[in-house]
Amino acid sequence: MTANTVMQSADVARAVTRIAHEILESNRGSDNLVLLGIPTRGVTLAARIAAAIFEIDGATVPLGSLDVTMYRDDLHDNPMREPAPTTVPVDIDQATVVLVDDVLYSGRTVRAALDALTDLGRPDIVRLAVLIDRGHRELPIRADYVGKNLPSSPGERINVCFVETDDVDAVDIDRGGSS
Amino acid sequence: MIRHLLSTRDLSRTSAIALLDTAEDMAALGARENKKLPALRGKTIVNLFYEDSTRTRISFEVAQKRLSADVINFSARGSSVSKGESLKDTILTLRELGVDGVVIRHPSSGAPQLLAERDWIDVPVVNAGDGTHEHPTQALLDAFTLRKEVSGDDSRGRGLDGARVVIVGDVFHSRVARSNIWLLEHLGARVTVVAPATLIPSGAERWPITVSYDLDAALSEPVDAVMMLRVQSERMREAFFPNAHEYAQGWGLTEERFARLAPSTLIMHPGPMNRGLEICSAAADSSQSVILQQVANGVFVRMAVLYSILTGTSEVSHE
Repeated sequence: MTANTVMQSADVARAVTRIAHEILESNRGSDNLVLLGIPTRGVTLAARIAAAIFEIDGATVPLGSLDVTMYRDDLHDNPMREPAPTTVPVDIDQATVVLVDDVLYSGRTVRAALDALTDLGRPDIVRLAVLIDRGHRELPIRADYVGKNLPSSPGERINVCFVETDDVDAVDIDRGGSS
Repeated sequence: MIRHLLSTRDLSRTSAIALLDTAEDMAALGARENKKLPALRGKTIVNLFYEDSTRTRISFEVAQKRLSADVINFSARGSSVSKGESLKDTILTLRELGVDGVVIRHPSSGAPQLLAERDWIDVPVVNAGDGTHEHPTQALLDAFTLRKEVSGDDSRGRGLDGARVVIVGDVFHSRVARSNIWLLEHLGARVTVVAPATLIPSGAERWPITVSYDLDAALSEPVDAVMMLRVQSERMREAFFPNAHEYAQGWGLTEERFARLAPSTLIMHPGPMNRGLEICSAAADSSQSVILQQVANGVFVRMAVLYSILTGTSEVSHE
């Protein structure tokens, strides 16, 4: 097994700050914004982005988590997944919701998130922010804000680590194969 | 995760807590406008009820519909069972009709086990009450209610360690009591069972409980919850106690006993209640009573159970 670190703590911090700037730029400020992270690491990333927006703009953006487990299209092909909590602090009707996840891959998680969102209300605009876009989309979905494009092969594993859950901020690419 | 839910006795502490945590997520949905989830879309579940039931059957049906499953309700009355069809033939018929899960209530202890073990049908089975054996979803909803009252918003991942629960009444006929005794034991609670000696089954000395015949003595210590059982007159073919008045005086939650109860002690009852027999109206309708919360929580717990056993690949979910 070989693992390469492709982003270190400072790279992650810069990417988060840039995403925060881009969100504020395209939204023309922080009005009406709601950040919804997809558990587990999307929630952490969303909190980081919210903190960065506060640094830049001084605004506290509503922050929540949106669990998509029950909306997945592969519930019957994999071992049972335990759902995670969904907490949406404000009414999302007419809001600009930014979905946040750590890695964008097939796009199926985001598809499930869009379904979950529809059950919660009708935002005016839904955007997608991810730390890593690794390609290999299976659905017509793209991210609006990307920390880093990371071309990968399907056999590789991308591990996003945050201090909150993994004791370190880093992104590793695990090439698999022999050790 | 588990393949079937037949009893709480073979449910590990980890699985039980995982089910209660999933039920928390389901409860959070109850607050929103659209209460439906697509998780079991395209799955057909049959509710096979060989015994009368109001709350359990409706609760299962609500849970199934909230998860977008298709529901077939079967009750023995008005079906071919009244023409003498056997359980096996009914199940074989349902298999050919293509069901993905069976929820069964049956007057014979062990009927759900039979369905799970025989090769009549290869789908998950949920026990919704079998004879005097077990009623696992009732125990799970009781534990969920208790955990929520004791730990509040901080209940995720927790058991009921150190909680003191007194179960009172017709233990002999009660599948609710049996399921609760095992589940509460797995979750770390201490259980005292109080009943007239005639309503304590032989073998109870091997259960992880303290047996008492004196309700006032059992309630003289601090108690987190007192769980009143229904006197199951329909199952009583002999005289277990002299008369209703004497039962109420000895083992009912009367107004006098209710007045002596600490305000923090929760009052639980699996329903349907015999008001004036095992529980007085003052207690049942008091602010200490969580009887209606039990009903509401039943839906969330059953959603968690159905979700857990009906999703995932069956190869992996075999325990």
